[in-house]
Amino acid sequence: MRVDFSNTYTYKIYCLLATQVEDFISTLGIIVTYGIEFLKGLKNFNTTFKEIIEQCSRFGVSSLPITLSIVGMTSIIISMQVAGEMVKQGGGNFVGMLMAILTVREEGAIMAGFAIISMIGSSLASEIATMKVTEQLDAIKVLKVNPVQYLFTPRIIAGTLMMPFVVILASAFGILGGALAANITSDLSYKAYFDSVWFGLSMKDMNVCILKSLSFGFAISLISCSCGMIAKDGAKGVGIATTKAVVWSFVAIVVIDLIFAAAFFY
Amino acid sequence: MGIEVRNLTKSFDNKKIIDNISFKVEEGKILSIVGFSGSGKSTVLKLISGLIEKDSGEIITTGGDVAMVFQYSALFDSLNVFDNISFALQERKDLRKKYTRKELEKIVAEKLELVGLSGIEDKFPSELSGGMQKRVSFARAIVTEPKIILYDEPTAGLDPISSTLIEDYIVRLKNETNAASIVVTHQMSTIRRTADSVLMLYNGKAVFEGSPDELCEQNTEYTKQFVNATIDGPMKMI
Repeated sequence: MRVDFSNTYTYKIYCLLATQVEDFISTLGIIVTYGIEFLKGLKNFNTTFKEIIEQCSRFGVSSLPITLSIVGMTSIIISMQVAGEMVKQGGGNFVGMLMAILTVREEGAIMAGFAIISMIGSSLASEIATMKVTEQLDAIKVLKVNPVQYLFTPRIIAGTLMMPFVVILASAFGILGGALAANITSDLSYKAYFDSVWFGLSMKDMNVCILKSLSFGFAISLISCSCGMIAKDGAKGVGIATTKAVVWSFVAIVVIDLIFAAAFFY
Repeated sequence: MGIEVRNLTKSFDNKKIIDNISFKVEEGKILSIVGFSGSGKSTVLKLISGLIEKDSGEIITTGGDVAMVFQYSALFDSLNVFDNISFALQERKDLRKKYTRKELEKIVAEKLELVGLSGIEDKFPSELSGGMQKRVSFARAIVTEPKIILYDEPTAGLDPISSTLIEDYIVRLKNETNAASIVVTHQMSTIRRTADSVLMLYNGKAVFEGSPDELCEQNTEYTKQFVNATIDGPMKMI
């Protein structure tokens, strides 16, 4: 006797999972392929300084107020929660060190990454996706210009170069926010806080922070551009591509962060 | 010779979209490809322009560039008219750095004059009407002096007067460039005013090939149905 499983919940869950796995593998393949094409295209570098500056301004300047606010406020919240307890336990002199390590090693880069993904990554993906569904990418191809070189190069270079700048500023803002909160809520002096900051931070922290930021910038811009390129089916496709870019970028920076933490601080 | 297509075939998901079609367009001539929506007309243009790969068959051209005018113009909305038209000259590997800024300005001005739109170099596509966008996309297409020009429904979405103007420019560009042109359309006015020959597609197959006059004579069931725009006939809309 033949048993039909096609209407069972198990089968439907299996199909859903299979679709998700297939989508994951194909998206990863597309991102890697575009990454290789971008790197190969660097030998025919044709991007003008003006184009890179335009994209740098988009990454570094337009996103800065929101990024600084998010990192600053997160640090204030953490400092408010931690400083009081540490002062009570006699560890007030270590509040600055804790905040500095937390901000420079993790919070500054991760929160700035999230802010950049939400603001810039989504905008890159939707811009390229719109070009795809309105046949602008086809027009670029018919005019015998490589769309990956033309669109990816200035965006990825700008994203990779500007991310450390944004992260360093955001981390500094986070440390300042922590000092402000510790001073107001726990009466910790600024001198005690900043003495502890310099004691806690090392050059290794700074170097890893910069290296990680470069990787974040590269990953966010590459993933966002690649997801834009695979858009189809009009406005709905633009939405799907943008969502995919945001989700994949979030996952990518968490994975990169994990790799850096394991490689340098474990 | 301009372009010759032999036994062209293309399938998507095991469904034949283009089924063994052949045709030829001489230099300085216009072929109009007509048929219902979904009959494979635009796919033929995408195959010729190289946007999609053919499954089998041959596409033989005289060499030189193939230009394409897209249905909704496909102008780059972040660039102004000057940068749109000179895009290939500024970005293409074999052409960039070949022209100075002054030369580019001269070329763009010439192309804009050819499509009757002098002096709009600084405008962005969003500031132009549909007809003007279409003419700018004509100028962009001819900037590299192509030997083959493909038009994908050039009068779609335009009012009758703008359509007539666009049809006149198609003929004018043909005369100026001596390119072999293929115009995908389903408008009788476009066929009558521009075409030297007509190819009718249905379900990816060529069901009529002849002159615009022969199309209008309605000697076959297909041409009769198309010209009279009737539902009854051999071509069924899904």
